[in-house]
Amino acid sequence: MLSEKDRIFTNLYGFQSASLEAARKRGDWRNTGALLAKGRDWLTSEVKESGLRGRGGAGFPTGLKWSFMPPDPDASALPNYLVINADESEPGTCKDRDILRHEPHKLIEGALLAGRAMGAHTGYIYVRGEFIHERECLQRAINEAYAARLLGPNAAGSNWHFDLFVHHGAGAYICGEETALLESLEGKKGQPRLKPPFPANVGLFGAPTTVNNVETIAVVPEILRRGASWFANLGRPGNTGTKVFCISGHVERPCNVEEEMGVPLRELIETHAGGIRGGWDNLLAVIPGGSSVPLLPADICGKIRMDFDSLKEAKSGLGTAAVIVMDKSTDIIRAIARLSAFYKHESCGQCTPCREGTGWMWRVMEKIADGKSSPDEIDTLLDVTKQVEGHTICALGDAAAWPVQGLIRHFRPLMEGRQRRR
Amino acid sequence: MSVRRLAVEQPDGFEFSRENLEWANAQLKKYPDGRGQSAVLPLLWRAQEQCGGWLPEPAIRYIAELLNMPHIRVYEIATFYTMFNLESVGKHLVQVCKTTPCWLRGSDELERVCFEEIGKPESISPDGNFTWRRVECLGACVNAPVVQINADFHEDLNAQSFRTLLSQLRAGETVAAGSHAGRHASEPGSGEDGNANDEQETLHFNGFK
Amino acid sequence: MSDAKQINLTVDGTKVSVDPGTTVLQACEVAGREIPRFCYHDRLSIAGNCRMCLVEIEKAPKPVASCAMPAADGMIVHTKTPGVHKARKGVMEFLLINHPLDCPICDQGGECDLQDQAVAYGTDGSRFAENKRAVEDKYIGPLIKTVMTRCIHCTRCVRFACEVAGTPELGAAGRGEDMEITTYLEHAMTSELSGNVIDLCPVGALTSKPYAFTARSWELEHTQSVDVMDALGSAIRIDTRGQEVMRILPRTFDAINEEWLSDKSRFIWDGLKNQRLDKCYLRGEDNRLRPCRWEQAFEYIEANTRDVPPEKRAALVGDLACAESIAALGDLMRSMGAPHLDCREPLSPLGRNAEGGRVRRGSYLFNSSIAGIDDADAILLVGADVRREAALLDARLRKNWRRSGTTIGVIASTTSVPPRDYESVRLGEGASALQQLIEPTSEDARRFRNLLDVAQRPMLILGQGALNRIDGAKIYDMALALAQQTGMLGPEWNGFNILHTNAAQVAGLDLDFLPRQGGLDSAGIRKGVTDGGIEWLYLLGVDTHLPQQNKNAFIIYQGSHGDAGAAFADVVLPAAAYTEKSATFVNTEGRVQSAKRALFPPGDAREDWTILRRLSDVLGCRLPYDDAFALQQSMISQAPHFAERDQLVPLSNAEKPEPVRASMPLRDDPFVSTVDDFHLSNVVARASAVMAQCSRLANKK
Repeated sequence: MLSEKDRIFTNLYGFQSASLEAARKRGDWRNTGALLAKGRDWLTSEVKESGLRGRGGAGFPTGLKWSFMPPDPDASALPNYLVINADESEPGTCKDRDILRHEPHKLIEGALLAGRAMGAHTGYIYVRGEFIHERECLQRAINEAYAARLLGPNAAGSNWHFDLFVHHGAGAYICGEETALLESLEGKKGQPRLKPPFPANVGLFGAPTTVNNVETIAVVPEILRRGASWFANLGRPGNTGTKVFCISGHVERPCNVEEEMGVPLRELIETHAGGIRGGWDNLLAVIPGGSSVPLLPADICGKIRMDFDSLKEAKSGLGTAAVIVMDKSTDIIRAIARLSAFYKHESCGQCTPCREGTGWMWRVMEKIADGKSSPDEIDTLLDVTKQVEGHTICALGDAAAWPVQGLIRHFRPLMEGRQRRR
Repeated sequence: MSVRRLAVEQPDGFEFSRENLEWANAQLKKYPDGRGQSAVLPLLWRAQEQCGGWLPEPAIRYIAELLNMPHIRVYEIATFYTMFNLESVGKHLVQVCKTTPCWLRGSDELERVCFEEIGKPESISPDGNFTWRRVECLGACVNAPVVQINADFHEDLNAQSFRTLLSQLRAGETVAAGSHAGRHASEPGSGEDGNANDEQETLHFNGFK
Repeated sequence: MSDAKQINLTVDGTKVSVDPGTTVLQACEVAGREIPRFCYHDRLSIAGNCRMCLVEIEKAPKPVASCAMPAADGMIVHTKTPGVHKARKGVMEFLLINHPLDCPICDQGGECDLQDQAVAYGTDGSRFAENKRAVEDKYIGPLIKTVMTRCIHCTRCVRFACEVAGTPELGAAGRGEDMEITTYLEHAMTSELSGNVIDLCPVGALTSKPYAFTARSWELEHTQSVDVMDALGSAIRIDTRGQEVMRILPRTFDAINEEWLSDKSRFIWDGLKNQRLDKCYLRGEDNRLRPCRWEQAFEYIEANTRDVPPEKRAALVGDLACAESIAALGDLMRSMGAPHLDCREPLSPLGRNAEGGRVRRGSYLFNSSIAGIDDADAILLVGADVRREAALLDARLRKNWRRSGTTIGVIASTTSVPPRDYESVRLGEGASALQQLIEPTSEDARRFRNLLDVAQRPMLILGQGALNRIDGAKIYDMALALAQQTGMLGPEWNGFNILHTNAAQVAGLDLDFLPRQGGLDSAGIRKGVTDGGIEWLYLLGVDTHLPQQNKNAFIIYQGSHGDAGAAFADVVLPAAAYTEKSATFVNTEGRVQSAKRALFPPGDAREDWTILRRLSDVLGCRLPYDDAFALQQSMISQAPHFAERDQLVPLSNAEKPEPVRASMPLRDDPFVSTVDDFHLSNVVARASAVMAQCSRLANKK
C-alpha cells in the first residue's frame, strides 16, 4: 500500500484549493527553475531512469518517447511541440479529470519541464469537450502561472520560453488517439493518421511532436524533485511508480485512488473501494484497464497484480488503470454489448474493418444478449473480432475487438446457454 | 452514432456578437500563423452557445468563412463531433451516460426517469425546458451514474435524486453540479448513498475558492 | 533510375531495387505482384483506409497496409501467404456486408473493382445476418449519379476534388458506419473536372448520370481517339454500340491529360446526336434552307461560283476542323488563286509578322509542353483563363503548386477568371501590368519580376484573351520580350507558351491557312462579307464571330451541326464530327495526333476532306489526292512534322519564338477570356442537352 509520503497527488479529491498558492503549499513549483537549469539531457534521462511509462493506456516508456524528438529545434525551421492528451474518454477512466480540476499546477509544471526536455516552446492541452468546468479550471491555473511568470518568456526564471494553451474537443472518443488528436487540433475531423510517419517526426502542423497523457506529465515534477530512483523503487522494475486507479462499477465505494504500481487487484478494491458489493465471492469479473482491455473472471482477479506486465500475462492490460467491477448480478453479455455499442458509436469510419466491424460486432452482441442469436454466431463473432484486430489504422479496432474476445474466452458457456434458451 | 443531419428549419443568418468575435480573434492567436483552422472546434462551440445550444447551418458557413475553410470541411466537422447539436434543444440538455460503468450503477433507471419526466429522447419537452439523449462515456465513471446537464456533471444519481434534480431545474432553481450523494469529488464515499467524510471542508467542486 | 541510393527489398522471394520514397505497394508492383486496392490511387494522396492492400512484412507484428508503408532496405515482403489472403478476405467481407447485391442493375457492373476483387477474395455466402445499411442518395450535380448505399468510403472522390480539381466540395459527413459522402447541402459540384470522380469511384456509388442504364460495359466497342473540345488534345476512348456513341472516357496519357478528362470532353456525346446535319441544304427562293441531294448542292455551288472572280473568294476555318480538311481547303483556295483565307479568330496575330510574313513555329506553340508545367518554378498567366479554356491545364498548374508551391502570377480581367484553389498573385488586368513586369516600377511587379528572374524554369502562358484584340500583336511582342528578359528561352528550357482554345488552330497555322499576299485576314474577310468586298465564302465549320450581315456573298457552310454557320449559309454540306472520321489534330503543344473513326457520319454526311475533294472536281481545280494517305503525304510535304504522330517533335533553333515587330498603340482594357461559357463553347457542346443543363447551373451562381 502506498505510504502517504510517497503520494504524488495530494489534492486528488480537491479538498484543498487548486489555486497556485495552495499548490505551492503542497510543494508544486518548488525548485522548478533549478530543475530546468539542469538541461534537456538530464531531464530526459532522469525520466528514463524513473521507469515512468505512459499513463494513457499504451504504457510506452516516457523518457524514451521524449528522446525521439529532434535535438536542436532552434536550429530547425520547424518548432517542436508538446501536446498533452486530456481527451479522457476511455470508459471507466476519470483520473485526468481530477488532475485537471484539482491538481492543474502539477500538470502545468510538468508541461514546462517536459517541454524543456523535448525542446518544445509551445504546448497544447487537448481537453475533451464535455469537461467544460475542468478546462475552465485549468485555464485559470494557466493564467495564474503566466501571472506568476511560471509560463511565458523566461518561464520560472529558466530562460526558457514556454507557452501553454488549452484546446478542447467536441465529443469524439477517437481524439484520444494521438494522431487523431493532432488532426483535431489542426481543425479537422479526428481521424487517425497513417503511421509512419510518427508524430515525433511529423506531428502537429507537420512539426515534431510528442503527445503525452495528463497523468504522465503531472507526475514528472515530483519524479524530478524526488529523484528517479525514488519513483523507480516504487512498484517493480518495468512497472514503477504510483498510478491513479479509477474503481467503478459494483464496489461499495467507487473512487479514484493513487496507489503503488503492482498493487494486488483485490487489495486495491478492498482497501480503497470498500470491497465488492456483497463481498469478494460475489465478484463475477473485472475489466482492469478501461473498456478496451479484455475482462478478467473472478478467479484471476484474486491473484492478479495491477501493473502493465502482470496484466499482459493474464491476456488483459493495465490500460488506463480503470477498474470496472462487475458482481454476479451483472448481465455480463449485456455489459460487453454496451461497450460494443460504444465502439460502434465512436468509430471514426475511416478504415474498413473498424467502420464495418464495430457495427457488426455490436449487432451480434445485442442479439446474443437478447438470446436471439443462432448457434454458430459466437464463432462468427470471434472471427469478426479477429478480422478487425490488427487490420486497422489505429488501435480503436483492437480496442473494440478485445472486450468481445475476452468475453468469449471466459464466458463462452454463458453465451451458448443463452442461445439454447431460445 | 446515427446519421446526423442539419435541421430543416434554419435561421436566415448568423454572425458572432461583438464580444464573441473579439474572443474568436483572440483564440486564433493560440495557433501559429496560417493555422487558424485549428480554432474551428472552439469557434463552433462558441457559436452553438450563442445560438442557445445548437448549431444552425448559417453558423457553419459563417465559421467556415471566418476561418477561410471550405464549407464542406466545417460541415464534416459539425457532423463528426457529437457535441454539436444540429437541431435546437431545450433549455436544459440532459445527457444520460449509458456506457457500461454508468449502466452497471443504474443508468437504465435514469433513462426511465427521462422518459417519464421529459418524454422521447432528442425532442424538446413541451414546456421547452428539456431535451434528453443517451450519450457515451462522459468520463466520471467513479461517480456513476452520471448525467451532464448543459455544462454541469451531476453525479452519483439515482432515480429519486435525478427526479428531484429535474423538478428543481424545471422550477428554475439553480442546482449545484457534482455528487448528489454527498460526496465531494471522486474520493471513496461512505457507502451506497451515505455522506462522504464529514470533516472535509466543502468547496466548489472544481476546486477554486 | 536516379542516382540516389536505391532501396533493396524482397517481395515473395524476388529481389527488387526501388527509388527512395517508393511505397511497399509500388515495390510489389515492380516485382510483378498485383496488390488489390480500393482507396489507393497513383495520382491522389495516400489514405490507407480500405485496408485491402495488406501484406506481411517480416518482423512486423501485424499485416501492413502496403500503400502507406515506405519501402525500406532489407524488407522481406510476402503478398501471397495464407495470412495475407485471410486478412484481405476479412476486409473484403467487411466491404461486402453493407454493399448491396445489386450488380445486375448497377452501371459499374463489369468494370467494378469491388466485383473484380470479390472474385479473388470474396465468398459465395454471407455471414452477416443483419439488415444492410441503406444510405440516402445525394444530389451532386447533373453529371454524377449517386447510389450512396454502394459507397465503400474509399474517399477517392473527396481527395480528387480537393487535391486535383482544387474544388474542395466533396466531403465525408458524419462518422463511423454512418459516414456519408456529400457536397455541402447537396450543392452541385462546380468543378470542370467533376466527371473524373466517376472513373475514380471503385464501385457503383458515383456513376455517369447521362450514361445511366444505356449500355453495359461489355457491349461496347472501344475506339482510341483524341478530344477536340479544347486545344489540349486529351486522349480519349470513344465507347460505341453499333452506330451510337454511348460514352466517352479518358485514356491515360501522362503527357497531356494524365488520366483525367474535362466534363465537356466527357459528357459531350449527346451533342453528337442532336442538331446534326445529315443532308445537304440549299437556300430556296423563300430564303429557307431545303434539303437536297449532294449532286444538287454541288451543281448549285458550281453555278454560284463560276462568275465570282478568285480575288473575291474567301475561306475561313472553325474550331473543330481536322488538319486534313484544312489542308484540302487550303489547297483548293490556292488552286483557285483565292488569296483570302484564315484559320484564326478575328484579330489573332498568330502565324504572321507585321510584314505579313510567316513566323517560326515556336511563336504559336505551347513550347514547354503540357507536362513541362510540372517542372516550372515560376509561372505567369497572361490573358489565359485556364479553367475555362483548358480545364486540365488548370489541374496541372495546381499540381505544380501543391507539390512545389510555385508562385503563379495572373494578368487577366478579374471578372473573367473564376477563382481557383491555388494561390495566385494578381498582377493586374491588362497590358499595363505586362509592361510593369518588363520595366517594374511598382513593388508588386518588382517582386514578381524578381521571381521570374531567379527562377530556373520560368514559364509564361499567353492566352487568347490577350491576343485576339486590336493590340494583340503588340502584346505578343511584349510577352515574348519579357520571356527573353527573364531567361525563359534557354537552350534547355522554353517557357514561352501560347495557350490555344481551338483544336483546329495549330494545324491551321502549321498548314499556313493564312492570308496570301494581298489577302484579307479573319476580321477582314468578315468585314468583306458585310460590305460586299467578298462575294464567295467557304465556312469550314465556322459558327462564331459571323459577319453581322451578308451583303451579296455566296456562302457555303461545311460542318457537322446545324448551328449559326449553317443558318448563315446558302448551301450547307453535311460533314463528319470528330468521332466519325479518322483525322489529324495538332494540339496547343504542336503534338500531331490521330482521331480515329468510332462510327460513321449520319445520313448523307461525309468525311470532310472527301467533300472538298469532290468539290474541287466540280469547280474544275481537282485536288491531287484520291485517298487519305495521299492527302497526308501532301500535308507532310508542307509540314514535315505531320509525319510524327503522338510524339512531340523538339523544336529546332530555327523554329524558336520570334517577335512579330508590331507597332500599334496599346489599349488598357482588361484581358477577357475568349471562352465565355465553358459548357457551350462549340457546336457539339451547344447541341448537347447535358451541357446546356451544366451551363444553366454554372451561370446561376
